[in-house]
Amino acid sequence: MIWRRLIRPGALFWWALLAATWALSTWSFQLYKAFDARWIIRFPSGWKLPMESWISDAMKWLLEDATFGLFTFRELTRFVSAVIEAPYDLVRAALADGFMQGQGSYAVEIAPPLSWIAVIAIMAILGRVARDWRLAALTGACFLYLAVFGQWDSAMVTLASVMIAVPIGVLGGLLLGIASFRWPWVERALRPLLDLMQTVPVFAYLVPVLFLFGFGPVAALVATVVYAMPPMVRVATVALQSVPEEVVEAGKMAGCTRRQMMWKVLIPSAAPTLMVGVNQVIMLTLNMVIIASMIGAGGLGFDVLSALRRLDIGGGIEAGLAIVVMAIALDRVSQAFSTRLPSKVAGQDVNFVRRHPWFATAFAIIALTYIAGLFLPPVQSYPEAATLTTSAFWEDAMRWINVNFYDTLEAIKDVFLTTLLLPVKRFFTGIPWAWGLIAVSLAAGRIGGWRLGLLALLLTGFIIVNGLWAKAMITVYLVGVSVLIAYAIGVPLGIWAGQNARAHKWVGAFIDTLQTLPSFVYLIPVVMLFRVGDFSAMIAVILYALAPAVRYAAHGIRSIEPQMIEAGLVSGCTRRQILWRIKLPLAAPSLLLGLNQTIMLAISMLVITALVGTRDLGQEVYIALTKANTGQGIVAGLSVAFIAIIADRCVSAMARQSRERLGLQ
Amino acid sequence: MDRPQKMVCRNVWKLYGPDAKRFLEQHPDPAPETLRDAGMIGAVQAANVEILEGEIFVIMGLSGSGKSTLVRCLSRLVEPTGGEIAFDGEDLLAMSERDLIALRRKKIGMVFQNFALLPHLTVLQNVAFPLDVQGMARREREARAQEMIETVGLKGREDYFPRQLSGGQQQRVGIARSLVVEPEIWFLDEPFSALDPLIRREMQDEFLRLQGLLHKTIVFITHDFDEAIRLADRIAVMKDGRIVQTATPEELVMTPATDYVAEFTKHIPRGKVLSLRSVMSPGAGDGPYAGDLRASDRVADVADRIEAADRPHRVLDEDDTPIGTVDARAVIDVLIGRNRA
Repeated sequence: MIWRRLIRPGALFWWALLAATWALSTWSFQLYKAFDARWIIRFPSGWKLPMESWISDAMKWLLEDATFGLFTFRELTRFVSAVIEAPYDLVRAALADGFMQGQGSYAVEIAPPLSWIAVIAIMAILGRVARDWRLAALTGACFLYLAVFGQWDSAMVTLASVMIAVPIGVLGGLLLGIASFRWPWVERALRPLLDLMQTVPVFAYLVPVLFLFGFGPVAALVATVVYAMPPMVRVATVALQSVPEEVVEAGKMAGCTRRQMMWKVLIPSAAPTLMVGVNQVIMLTLNMVIIASMIGAGGLGFDVLSALRRLDIGGGIEAGLAIVVMAIALDRVSQAFSTRLPSKVAGQDVNFVRRHPWFATAFAIIALTYIAGLFLPPVQSYPEAATLTTSAFWEDAMRWINVNFYDTLEAIKDVFLTTLLLPVKRFFTGIPWAWGLIAVSLAAGRIGGWRLGLLALLLTGFIIVNGLWAKAMITVYLVGVSVLIAYAIGVPLGIWAGQNARAHKWVGAFIDTLQTLPSFVYLIPVVMLFRVGDFSAMIAVILYALAPAVRYAAHGIRSIEPQMIEAGLVSGCTRRQILWRIKLPLAAPSLLLGLNQTIMLAISMLVITALVGTRDLGQEVYIALTKANTGQGIVAGLSVAFIAIIADRCVSAMARQSRERLGLQ
Repeated sequence: MDRPQKMVCRNVWKLYGPDAKRFLEQHPDPAPETLRDAGMIGAVQAANVEILEGEIFVIMGLSGSGKSTLVRCLSRLVEPTGGEIAFDGEDLLAMSERDLIALRRKKIGMVFQNFALLPHLTVLQNVAFPLDVQGMARREREARAQEMIETVGLKGREDYFPRQLSGGQQQRVGIARSLVVEPEIWFLDEPFSALDPLIRREMQDEFLRLQGLLHKTIVFITHDFDEAIRLADRIAVMKDGRIVQTATPEELVMTPATDYVAEFTKHIPRGKVLSLRSVMSPGAGDGPYAGDLRASDRVADVADRIEAADRPHRVLDEDDTPIGTVDARAVIDVLIGRNRA
């Protein structure tokens, strides 16, 4: 079946392309020697566009000279800083630092931060309001963990950032979503921008933000909001668009004005979907707040980062686990809110406490713990003596693993490196840039028509003229290998989960947890076990990118119409035949979408693995970040985004074709 | 019928396609071929409708016939491409957004096929919603909504959410919501199509009961000819965007304008539709008679009496003037659908 498809005339194109690329890749060095033409293997530096310095100059001009008439750009950034800083300071004081009067060492504390008991109680109450006592127990336990294991102060700093960034991200996303719902031109204008923002690697955001806002929590918050808002815009637009037409008409016939229509009909009807967006914003915010510790966010992210730099195994794992625990608590609560059904609220005629019992309880606990905390210090802050530290335990565990399994781990690493990573790397890095440009354009054109081919030509051209071809190929090779392995593990898992209800439950829970974790966290165990290098990066990328492969495969299998399978059964198919002849072909579009998402996640994670010493475009961005070189950061960031865009368009085109073949559109 | 006109629409068009408005100005009465060549879809074409006060006016057509678009033109949920619509003599299409909102708040109610209830509001809040939008105080609007809920027979379920109700109950909420502002004209867009046949029947009875109570002017959309016959004072049959015939159920059955209409009427229980006026032999006979019957009596209702008698009955009109006679044979002809030449 399949091999016959591989030798169809249509497939010849791909074989020829692959053969030519392989030949040129293998003999590029000999070609260069034979023709004495160095340009074959290296893009001549004289042809390079000084795009980096243009961008850097433009940014400098923006910061130093740009003016909008009434105010300068610098004043604008200062204004934004001030607007963000004031509430952030307030929340941070309430959660972590306490309220101070005076400056520096003369500062006097006028009120302590919220007691740890109060914060735990509030989180538990949130869980109860969102769903039930079980969720309350979970969230309460998560935050209790933070206190008991001595991560409280850092965690509260992180929580303060989340609490500022999330409302801004949600509100901003909602307003933009409303705008693009109401005026189609706004949506048309925003869509490519959002596409780009979701594919530009996270570090690339940090560079210009660092340049404009300086090192510190405000810059981190700005970067976080910019990073976390796009999905909210999308979700809000879609949520509003998918309110049933009849409901809108019912609102019109009731005589709603435009404003009533938006706030009384559309937004409440779309509320469950909007909460899905809020959940996404929370998770992305947490992810980014951790990463933004590089530009001064502080908190748990900073603890992880410094532990990674010191190779402090125990400390890194402790802080990493704290992030995981917090992520799980925030995720479950916000998810519960999105599936919560409206329920009866007591009428207007009863008093405030009766109407908002949970709010009143929370307020009472805050007041009680405040007063009690004045006399009993352990109520105010968790007693130092009672904290447990697992740091030594993790150190020992790691040492034990390294002592006993060092050879095994190294052997595994070597096998992968010599049989897979290095040959693939040699193949990709050997491709001469000129042929690469032609091959990518031909392939894209073959898949999605001449428009896509042209797009691929332009985007690849951008990477080449900026002299980033070699680094881009390292990115492609690492992404390629990681996606291949993630897909090879994820799809069978997904198929299994798709056919077996119990497996679905367990795999689903596993994947959900995997996806909740901020990308930073993946680096910790990997570095501990395999040290720095391409192999570690690959493992981290695989773990991070596994989720969509599993999820889409399971979804594709489960959404096949039962009649199709019944038709197969009565035709006398064996189970194997049902899988290969019916389920997989019908799930193909879903599998391709999963591939697409896997690639996107792999690319975004790969950039973060620059921290563990890859030599690809991610490293380029990371270097730019440490040097605050905006031009370099943006150009490298865009290059990563362009690779992602080419991959996305090609796979999407394939998915579309396969849907059309199955008559699904 | 000499009732006053409530709503009149003249030559209303709704075209979908590029630059539809200009196209219609250039071709005031385009033929189907002209439309097709221009890439236009004629959802509603040259519709003329007069809706009289207090009548149940049914617009009947199969899916894609344009009936839903027409009712949306009448309520201006869809902007007609051309034509005139007058509501109580006022030009509906010339109204500003503000006037239109005021009109909808006070005078128009509408019921939707899939209920269109707001999922986050309770039954009581859903029914009170149109009053809430008008800015009415909570106590007052909830009192009025409560009254309406009792009228539609949902007392005791005020605090339920839509998802906790069956389809029939949800549509009762939709009906209560549309009536809570005491509208003058009541649009129902296939209100019972999403319900099971038995529930549908029950809701039709409920609907007739409500109308007996309230005497609204009603525009009722349906794809179900039986439903149309059962409920309508007058029916407009639509096909491919055009109104094929507007008539009382009886006229439709007796004199269908086209084969298309005849196809629908063929399978209708004629005894329930036809009155003695349509089946009697006109002219005063020579007696003696078994008794007197009204010309407006439905055949099915008096069939037993006519059949049991061995002599014909005399048929009287509203002024007690004898206008014809009817015998058992005529009744049997109607009931078994036989045509006497």
